[in-house]
Amino acid sequence: MSVSGPRTRRAGAFDIRVVIAALFGVFGPILLGVGLFGTSDADLEKSDGVNVNLWTGAGLLAVAVVFVLWAWLRPIVVDTEAVAGDERD
Amino acid sequence: MTLLADASLRLDAGFWDYTLIAVYFVFVLGIGLMARYAVSDSLDFFLSGRSLPAWVTGLAFISANLGAIEIVGMSANGAQYGMPTMHYFWIGAVPAMLFLGVVMMPFYYGSKVRSVPEFMLRRFGPTAHLVNAISFALAQVLIAGVNLFLLATLVDALLGWPRPVAIVAAAVIVLSYITLGGLSAAIYNEVLQFFVIVAALFPLTLVALNRVGGWDGLTDGIRDATGSTEQLSAWPGNELAGFDSSILSVIGIVFGLGFVLSFGYWTTNFVEVQRAMASKSMSAARRTPIIGAFPKMFIPFIVVIPGMIAAVIVPELAQYKQDPSTGEGVDYNDAILLLMRDLLPNGMLGLAIAGLLASFMAGMAANISSFNTVFSYDIWQRYVVKDREDGYYLRVGRTITVVATGAAIGTAFIAAGYSNLMDYLQQLFSFFNAPLFATFILGMFWKRMTAAAGWTGLVAGTLSAVTVFVLSETGVIDLPGQGSAFLAAGAAFVVDIAVSVVVSLRTAPKPAAQLTGLVYGLTPKEDLQDPRDRNEAWYQRPGLMAGIALVLIIVLNIVFF
Repeated sequence: MSVSGPRTRRAGAFDIRVVIAALFGVFGPILLGVGLFGTSDADLEKSDGVNVNLWTGAGLLAVAVVFVLWAWLRPIVVDTEAVAGDERD
Repeated sequence: MTLLADASLRLDAGFWDYTLIAVYFVFVLGIGLMARYAVSDSLDFFLSGRSLPAWVTGLAFISANLGAIEIVGMSANGAQYGMPTMHYFWIGAVPAMLFLGVVMMPFYYGSKVRSVPEFMLRRFGPTAHLVNAISFALAQVLIAGVNLFLLATLVDALLGWPRPVAIVAAAVIVLSYITLGGLSAAIYNEVLQFFVIVAALFPLTLVALNRVGGWDGLTDGIRDATGSTEQLSAWPGNELAGFDSSILSVIGIVFGLGFVLSFGYWTTNFVEVQRAMASKSMSAARRTPIIGAFPKMFIPFIVVIPGMIAAVIVPELAQYKQDPSTGEGVDYNDAILLLMRDLLPNGMLGLAIAGLLASFMAGMAANISSFNTVFSYDIWQRYVVKDREDGYYLRVGRTITVVATGAAIGTAFIAAGYSNLMDYLQQLFSFFNAPLFATFILGMFWKRMTAAAGWTGLVAGTLSAVTVFVLSETGVIDLPGQGSAFLAAGAAFVVDIAVSVVVSLRTAPKPAAQLTGLVYGLTPKEDLQDPRDRNEAWYQRPGLMAGIALVLIIVLNIVFF
């Protein structure tokens, strides 16, 4: 981290939204895969015919995309002097 | 719950379930490790600087509480009492969170106190401070025991280990989690955990609703099982409050549960308040609980409703509800786990287990961490070993973490004795939070209140709550449900206020100059504002957002009347 002028830097990979997106980005495909290839009839019967893994996996992937976009469009600036100025959240 | 007879509650987790759990823990521990390098001095360790945006601290705020209390306690309560459980959210938590953001947060943030005892010290002096620090520390260890017990239940359901072994194993898990990072990691993990839990419980609720035959299927099922429609409407909640009279029941819920217990819990519980202290400006700190209030008011739909459904469609639990003496080793606390067992396929099961593990773990870690803050700063540094360098107290904090975890193993066995954990938790809150809230609110608004009144009020309030508890345990007062906790809270509040007023009038008040920033009438308006908040948009104004939340809460109460 280079210090020049006011001591601020982007949260980058430490941005919580990126962390959430990363986690859901791993969970989503696993659940999708289990939903597509690993679902037995007994599993389907448990949940009354709904493929829960498939739908949740797709949902998680969608959420991951939203978080990445959000973090990318509105980055968090970590202000090390705790002077927030006109920063938004 | 018996110690060994849980054979019927086994979660059949497979390879992909454990993969999801493992991935989650890699994330959690990874964040902890990264946070470890950011630990610079002790203040950073506990509050991680004041730099987080309000939506992050807002979610962390409710997530710090979305552990034992929400998921297991509220679904147990839903299974046992039905819709009146909604009061914990719509009469209890949400109004209290709004009150915290609008009225109390300016004092906390403005005076930069790190803990409730620190506020007591500055407002009332050392005696009140010490009394409160000890009582607070005790409360944290007892509540940590609840979280630990639940974590152990889950370990037991997964691996089939005997309860005592599971409790110790769970304690080791939590300890390693805590030692890898401070509150900074906790906030990240709590927000992460919030999303994982919603991702698990939301589909679970939908599948459960589908299975029970929709809303109509649920209402029919409960009507058939209980023979009345009482559990289908939130008011008047006689069964929950334990009063036969509907009027007394409403008073008990509004004053006991709503005003004293919930306001006491949310406004004086620094496990949660600390999250708000980590935000970047006064306005962001005030918005923290208010932003948290919005998701909070909808959380009962994914915890209480599944609990209610579990009592209809899970055979063992339905049987237990008919006749508690015949439940095959299950009780209300198991509602959500039983539902997961019956409805979720492998894969989703792993996601749900990861979410629950995380929340119990984080819940306990939060208890231990605030115990740690209070013990090392408010007790050790102030009264035992004074004037040492920061590093020394940080080391004390780390030792205390281990000691507190050990103590929580003991209190976990107390928690194991309750079939509905909410009964136990509300009882604890009536001892610790109700009198504290009375002292706080009087001390904040009445400048005449003296130092002696501060501690005598607290002691008298706690003793009267304990008295009500003993009377109801010995059968002198007969209030089933959670009525005795509501009554104990009410008694603690009233006695605390009465004793404080009487003592204040007979002792000398503190000079007004020492109370600036701590008492409402003596704090200049500009001290309650923050120059960084000048350009806020409408959605960033605490008052307006609180008003919107309040309207929503009233609508929800009417819809589910």
